[in-house]
Amino acid sequence: MNKIEAKNVNVFYGEKQALFDINMDIQEKQVTALIGPSGCGKSTFLRCLNRMNDVIDICKVEGEIKINDYNINQKATDVVRLREKIGMVFQKPNPFPKTLYENISYGPEIHGMAQSKDELDQIVEDSLKKAALWNEVKDRLNEPGTGLSGGQQQRLCIARAISVKPEVILMDEPCSALDPIATAQIEELIDELKKEHTIVIVTHSMSQAARVSQQTGFFHLGKLIEVGSTDMIFKNPNQQQTQDYITGRFG
Amino acid sequence: MINREEFLNKRYKSEKRFQFYGKSAIVLALLFLAIFLFKIFSTGYTAFQKTWITIPINYDPEFMYLDADQKPSIQDLEDSEYFDVGIESFAALDQNANEDQITDIKRMFAFIFEEEIKYHILSNPDDFGKIVEVKLTASDDLDQVFKGNYPRELPEERRRVTDYQLKIFDKLSAEGKVESNFNFSFFTNADSREAELAGIASSFMGSLFSILVCLAVSFPVALLAAIYLEEFAPKNRLTDFIEVNINNLAAVPSIVFGLLGLGVLLAVFGLPRSTPLVGGITLSLMTLPTIIIAARASLKAVPPSIREAALAMGASRMQTTLHHTVPLSLPGTLSGTIIGLAQALGETAPLILIGMVAFVNTIPGSPMDPAASLPVQIYIWAESAERGFVEKVSACIMVLLIFLVLMNLVAQMVRHKFEKKWN
Repeated sequence: MNKIEAKNVNVFYGEKQALFDINMDIQEKQVTALIGPSGCGKSTFLRCLNRMNDVIDICKVEGEIKINDYNINQKATDVVRLREKIGMVFQKPNPFPKTLYENISYGPEIHGMAQSKDELDQIVEDSLKKAALWNEVKDRLNEPGTGLSGGQQQRLCIARAISVKPEVILMDEPCSALDPIATAQIEELIDELKKEHTIVIVTHSMSQAARVSQQTGFFHLGKLIEVGSTDMIFKNPNQQQTQDYITGRFG
Repeated sequence: MINREEFLNKRYKSEKRFQFYGKSAIVLALLFLAIFLFKIFSTGYTAFQKTWITIPINYDPEFMYLDADQKPSIQDLEDSEYFDVGIESFAALDQNANEDQITDIKRMFAFIFEEEIKYHILSNPDDFGKIVEVKLTASDDLDQVFKGNYPRELPEERRRVTDYQLKIFDKLSAEGKVESNFNFSFFTNADSREAELAGIASSFMGSLFSILVCLAVSFPVALLAAIYLEEFAPKNRLTDFIEVNINNLAAVPSIVFGLLGLGVLLAVFGLPRSTPLVGGITLSLMTLPTIIIAARASLKAVPPSIREAALAMGASRMQTTLHHTVPLSLPGTLSGTIIGLAQALGETAPLILIGMVAFVNTIPGSPMDPAASLPVQIYIWAESAERGFVEKVSACIMVLLIFLVLMNLVAQMVRHKFEKKWN
């Protein structure tokens, strides 16, 4: 089933066009990987999905982006509600310089999700458990989130994202700042999370895309060259460009 | 063909030379500072001492116009005159003194000798009718003589202190009747025309009130302006124009703000002249751009990743700003604010224009009372001819410097304590 449908999405940074007529469907409760060389527009596309491009003054997004059959790319969309439903994890771990507890409780608090302190405690515990971080930090929830290691910080950010029970989680190169062990932990986590969430992940590592995703889209110079099942893209792509990129002939 | 060995040596040498230049610059700066501080402290430290002369005071009922046979009530003592008590006691210091010489002796003491004599009898009513030793404040000239700051070698006609006064003074001094103590009145008295009585209480309180008013006006305005400009305002020509003008405002000479205070606050709004209220508002015009610039810089220094994290969690822009960006920028903003206030504290010109240069001999109890301020006090005293004010100027500078150093220390501590480190 399609969770997200992008139709004729064009993105401009001022005069410069960054994305050209992107049409892409994203399946529910699956992992969709977006791959391509640097500057190809995959992160820009990802940021269209939760309207994070609004932050950039000169950025203009055209076209239709339907989530649950509702076009989010219109003025009337309430971005606060949208971002409650669509969480995001960034390239560099960016926990708030507050305690671990406050990092997780922030989202539920501003969206009024917990009726009591107990309920909030429960949400924090659940989120940390789902992010496979609970056992490591349960005794130091009042220590600053910035004191964790890089991999732990990134899992904290994932826990923070899932604390508001989003339907979709967007991940923008979540492992690029991590070592291989931390990367493996995050990849395992992604596998686990896809049972409840739809995940879209931008990655530079083709092996990672092959490992974690079911669908893959290949971007090049702002165009979506090819999209399909990960198996098909990696083993038997339709486009010559995809083939060249996968085999490392350019990029 | 380049000799590599020589090439390397040259590089080491130029590196060393460069470091030497840097070190000499620092030494030079420290030297200037040391000379400045030495000059201030060496002239100023004596101002914290005050000279007293102990002489026998004759509480003869006759001089007090009271009945000798009857013990007077406190009220009687309160109401009676002490000028003659003083004069007669002065005359007793030299049996052969003529009229002029008695006047000379009188001038050896501060003009408040009457009150000091009265204060003594009020606290010791039993001394009525007796001759007792009382400590009187020495005049500023003799104060300087005692501290060794007075050029005694000048010919008499060029001195304010006569040979006769010096003779009497030296005699008393030899008898151990002259002493100097810590000068409490320098901190508790308001300004005075007499150097020995002048203190900084009025100007200190004036400065304190001005700074508080300045803080109360400029901090909220500047913070809101900075937050709006940095976080919410669209980046367009208008905001560029505003930014340039805020920077211009920071460069406007302070005297212009003084004229503005005079023309608008006093003339149009009719606020009370010479008050810390007006002074504070005028100074806040000066600190406003400083704080805005500091606040914007520290808002800018908050990593965008924190904003993105909050926005991606579904926080509105206001929530992102108030929950994350502003708290993180606060240490920088606060230390910028304190530095702006420290600047304002040292400001003289605008305060002169709004009338805080007036001679104020009362201690202000609120920002609505007339007051001087520390830098203006320095200016007033520096203009005074009496030798006694020279050390007062330096002492006042010392107090102002200590005030400034404390403020900068607080700024440093605020920055250190609340600064959060991220990755």
